[in-house]
Amino acid sequence: MIDKEKLREIRHLAARLRRDVILMVGVGQTGHIGGSCSSADIVAALYGYKMKHDPKNPKWEERDRFVMSKGHSAIVQYAALAETGYFPTSELLTLKKMGSMLQGHPEYHRMPGIEATTGSLGHGLSISNGMALALRLDKKPSRVFCILGDGELAEGQVWEAAMFGPVKKIDNLVSLVDNNGIQATGAVKDRLDSEPLPAKWRAFRWHVIEIDGNDAQAIIAALDEAETIKGRPTAIIAHTVKGKGISFAENNVAFHNGAMTQAQYDQALKEVDAAIAEFAPALGTKAN
Amino acid sequence: MATYTNPRPAYGETLVELGKVDPRIVALDADLCKSTMSVLFQDTFPDRYFEMGIAEANMMSTAAGLALGGKIAFASSFAVFAAGRAYDQIRQSISIPKLNVKICGSSCGLSDYADGATHQSIEDVAIMRAIPNMTVLTPLDATEVRLVVRAAAAIQGPVYMRVNRNPVLDLLDKDATFELGRYRVLREGGDVLLLAHGVMVEKSLAAATLLEKDGISAKVVSVSTMKPFNYQGALELARGMKGVVTAEEHTYIGGLASAMAFALRRSSVPMDYVAVEDSFGQSAFSTGELQIAYGLTAENIAGKAASLVKEAS
Repeated sequence: MIDKEKLREIRHLAARLRRDVILMVGVGQTGHIGGSCSSADIVAALYGYKMKHDPKNPKWEERDRFVMSKGHSAIVQYAALAETGYFPTSELLTLKKMGSMLQGHPEYHRMPGIEATTGSLGHGLSISNGMALALRLDKKPSRVFCILGDGELAEGQVWEAAMFGPVKKIDNLVSLVDNNGIQATGAVKDRLDSEPLPAKWRAFRWHVIEIDGNDAQAIIAALDEAETIKGRPTAIIAHTVKGKGISFAENNVAFHNGAMTQAQYDQALKEVDAAIAEFAPALGTKAN
Repeated sequence: MATYTNPRPAYGETLVELGKVDPRIVALDADLCKSTMSVLFQDTFPDRYFEMGIAEANMMSTAAGLALGGKIAFASSFAVFAAGRAYDQIRQSISIPKLNVKICGSSCGLSDYADGATHQSIEDVAIMRAIPNMTVLTPLDATEVRLVVRAAAAIQGPVYMRVNRNPVLDLLDKDATFELGRYRVLREGGDVLLLAHGVMVEKSLAAATLLEKDGISAKVVSVSTMKPFNYQGALELARGMKGVVTAEEHTYIGGLASAMAFALRRSSVPMDYVAVEDSFGQSAFSTGELQIAYGLTAENIAGKAASLVKEAS
């Protein structure tokens, strides 16, 4: 069981990640706000609670690995890396600027803390499998966490990787499906319907946990449960809201990769600031 | 006495040798290990071999993950699938981050004669050359396959290598060495330069013999580094020649003919090529039949070379 203070910390971190996402995208520029905000609570739970990692030593051999398979949501990972101390948060504002390490999609060789180059959808789970195998060969206890988009599941390679993991009894890997139901041009169910997700992953012989993916407590419980599962990988089907936390972006396909007006930007900041205030540390305690 | 050796076992045996001294070496295959001969690695190091099933895309990205975990991952399949089916994975997962994944494209060119166009790889070198960070190696015989596998393991970053399906003429001494970008002069000559890779080196040597009968002296050079292509070296080889003829079991687009034409772009030395034209292969009872049908013959090389010499005089 996680204590209340830790839970508050994770919620506070998630709110800060959303604020960073809004600041990074800014006014008049397109950015993947929707998928970044739907994943924010999962990313906060991973970086703020579950993963062993050392921001001062990004290549620490004992670290857990995180792969953002839906690379377009990298901005929320950039935010997590900055908020946990890999680099100054001021660096976030260089997103997509020529020469910046904050590329439109994450690049392993450009940025500390980025474990894989993703962007072409469908690769991340295979890469994560490879990482998990390498860790097993080296007898390392580290684990691999991979976030997939539900739209991304249309890529056949995901299912190649999904078939592979259980055969090799990979159990140091967790895939988290950000099931926000919306992809670039509309509803996932009207394109290649990836449902029923739990039944599909079970049929592929994964241990499946289904949760509200915007509920920090549920995410943490699922991540803890996954660690106890041996002999096969775990898939966490995380039901989320696209654009979560930004009212006008919630469930709005326009903000899969949309640009905010000044008014929307101001509105978004007001909302995330309110969340930050709600989960801020009590007076007299040290801010995290 | 000319001897022929199948280069595929050389691939698997060298992997085993490397695996014995370097625990980072791992191998993956997509249900073709008994053909590519990565099965030898599987037999010796079952824990470090990963049978990936018929899923080349997943294989390449998994190899990327293993490389990210500090391994040197050798992934093999038929050239047509390795370079074609998994192009996106090789580009995105492997080449952008410059990972230590070594791709073996086996049964390259027209060497899978019976299986037809779907299994014959006539554009793999072009595809792989176009990817930044990629090294492309085209060994000419079994001995050079051994050298190239070792070189690939030592290179930092992705490597694509091409291996023939059938026995090829043993041309190199057992103590031969390999150096990236170095040309191998197999026959000296002063009138024309015959530049070739893979099985077409043998054809070029035969062409030189034919040319000699006509009083034309041909220099025969093997190219086993198609990328980074040694443009300066190629230009120097061509200097003073009456012409250059390239030969490859590959389309003329994006392979050796293209590279050499680029090398000669500001030179007055004329060149011609022998390659597969812009067309797919087909089934046959032997590679030899296909080589004749597609003009990949010593006679064709010699004819083009003689024509260049004639035009120059």
